Amino acid sequence: MRGFWRAFRRNRLALIGGVVVVVLVLLAALAPKIAPWDPNRPDVRKILDKPSRTHPLGTDQLGRDVLSRMLYGARVSLAVGFVSVGIATVIGIALGAAAGYHGGTVDAMVMRLVDLMLVFPRLFLLLAVLAFLRPSIWTIMAVIGLTGWMSVARLVRAEFLSLKEREFVLWSQSIGATSFRTIWRHILPNAIGPVLVAMTLGIPAAILTESGLSFLGLGVQPPHATWGNILNEGKDAIEIGWWLSAYPGLAILFTVLSYNLLGEGIRDALDPRLRQSVGRIVGRTR
Amino acid sequence: MLGYALRRLILAIPLLIGITFVSFLVIHLAPGEPVDIQSDESSARSDAKIKQLLIETYGLDKPLHVQYWNWLTRLVRLDFGRSFSPDARPVLQKIGERLPITLLLNIVELLIIVMLAIPIGVLSATRQYSTFDKITTIFVFVGFATPDFWLALMLMILFGIQLGWLPISGLRSPAWEYLSFWAQQWDFIAHLTLPILVATFGGLAGFSRYMRQSMLEVVRQDYIQSARAKGLSEGAVIGKHALRNALLPIVTVLGLSLPGLIGGSVIVESIFAIPGMGQLMVQAVFERDYPVIMGNLVIVATLTLVANLIADLTYSLVDPRIRVAARRGRR
Repeated sequence: MRGFWRAFRRNRLALIGGVVVVVLVLLAALAPKIAPWDPNRPDVRKILDKPSRTHPLGTDQLGRDVLSRMLYGARVSLAVGFVSVGIATVIGIALGAAAGYHGGTVDAMVMRLVDLMLVFPRLFLLLAVLAFLRPSIWTIMAVIGLTGWMSVARLVRAEFLSLKEREFVLWSQSIGATSFRTIWRHILPNAIGPVLVAMTLGIPAAILTESGLSFLGLGVQPPHATWGNILNEGKDAIEIGWWLSAYPGLAILFTVLSYNLLGEGIRDALDPRLRQSVGRIVGRTR
Repeated sequence: MLGYALRRLILAIPLLIGITFVSFLVIHLAPGEPVDIQSDESSARSDAKIKQLLIETYGLDKPLHVQYWNWLTRLVRLDFGRSFSPDARPVLQKIGERLPITLLLNIVELLIIVMLAIPIGVLSATRQYSTFDKITTIFVFVGFATPDFWLALMLMILFGIQLGWLPISGLRSPAWEYLSFWAQQWDFIAHLTLPILVATFGGLAGFSRYMRQSMLEVVRQDYIQSARAKGLSEGAVIGKHALRNALLPIVTVLGLSLPGLIGGSVIVESIFAIPGMGQLMVQAVFERDYPVIMGNLVIVATLTLVANLIADLTYSLVDPRIRVAARRGRR
């Protein structure tokens, strides 16, 4: 752990990424306290006002304060990121562990399922599923999580394949531990590093997906402010209100960038050997 | 080679069946109660109508295995049913109209990405830690983090509205018919410039990264050392010996990134109002035109499968080691 910190601290970009992520979480958590205006209070006298001292990032078509809406939107983005990646990780670990540990038919079935899920362009699958469901923040989280577990499953399986041959696993099996106990107590803790990295890199991917869906008008529904649906409104006012599209996009860009830098930093600090393998598997998901 | 190709083809069949099965499951997400995405006063009536149509089209009142069998036999005959929208045209016809433009966009994007990413990757790998390498690394990180819909809006504001250089929506200007032949071609290209720029941006970041990585691995190999040792020029070492080997994994990455690229068409086509599959999909979701949605899903997934298969076969064609390994694995 000390070695990890020493290596991580040396990576300036990763540190900056980490600080930005922490600041973002704080801003989102404190949104009700620090937002200068009520994010949902319209004001007909202030429709599409340019950024000014009273409204630092301007106002939207209904005269609502963009800064306040973005602060509340940060809550949605971060929550969707955490929860959907949590769902994806749980599914990915369960299936990947089963495949890697048991091998044989279980492995073949899980890997075919992974192949199958990867054949569907994700956005098409998401849209098809959302068409049949009532869109809400919970459906979005669930749907992004359920379509995003494949990389984690592959990663965990690969780790398990090599770990299960090690002495401490054989030892655990030989004194009669159940396979669940062996997996849970002995193999998984040793495989957690790459999973952590995959999670850190999965959150920004989920944030991009959510904002994309909300931008199309199929994600979190108004009046709930999210970065994606502010951009959606920005699209309609593109000729007058550039600030309505510029700022939420920058927020997404910097959030995703910070998470990516943080994730890469954690990966390099954990094990320089992982540099290639994890990057290959995680990559960009759309 | 033929044996390998045949084996890959046979392996694709369960995936094809899987595609139909997953899509079939999606239909069954349709809840018992009416759903409304766009709630308005007429929605209750249209909900009942859509539900009735759904039951008729997919036979939702029959037992599950019968439903699936019907769905499967209809797909085999390429019968995706009729659109729920008022025109009630066959789904296949609707998709067929829109497929060419989406394919065109994606192929052009892919060509541009490959043509730019290979030199960028090679240069930044051979000059690792140089200024050029650092700049491309920054570009890669920013490229990964840039939401494509935001980039599209920014470019529209800059080039479409502020500068007025490029059109920002559709494929043709209103006065298209009155233009001369060459002006028509130019008009078409002008309309495609921004969409292609947006779609290329993110993919370029990823690909140049892979190319750099792949090149860095190859440059460390012994055969590169021996190529240098026998006195070949640096250009021949990099351009011939290293590049050819570094390109191999890129073929696979190309295949794997196709779903992402095609998925990206959804966003790009809806922003720039391009009448392709992506735009059709979004419209269908809003109109709850389920047969079109299902047809889109099945066709896009099948296309991806085919593209992956082609990438696989190309890979084995250019790298004989794969074929040999596959044969050994079978024994």
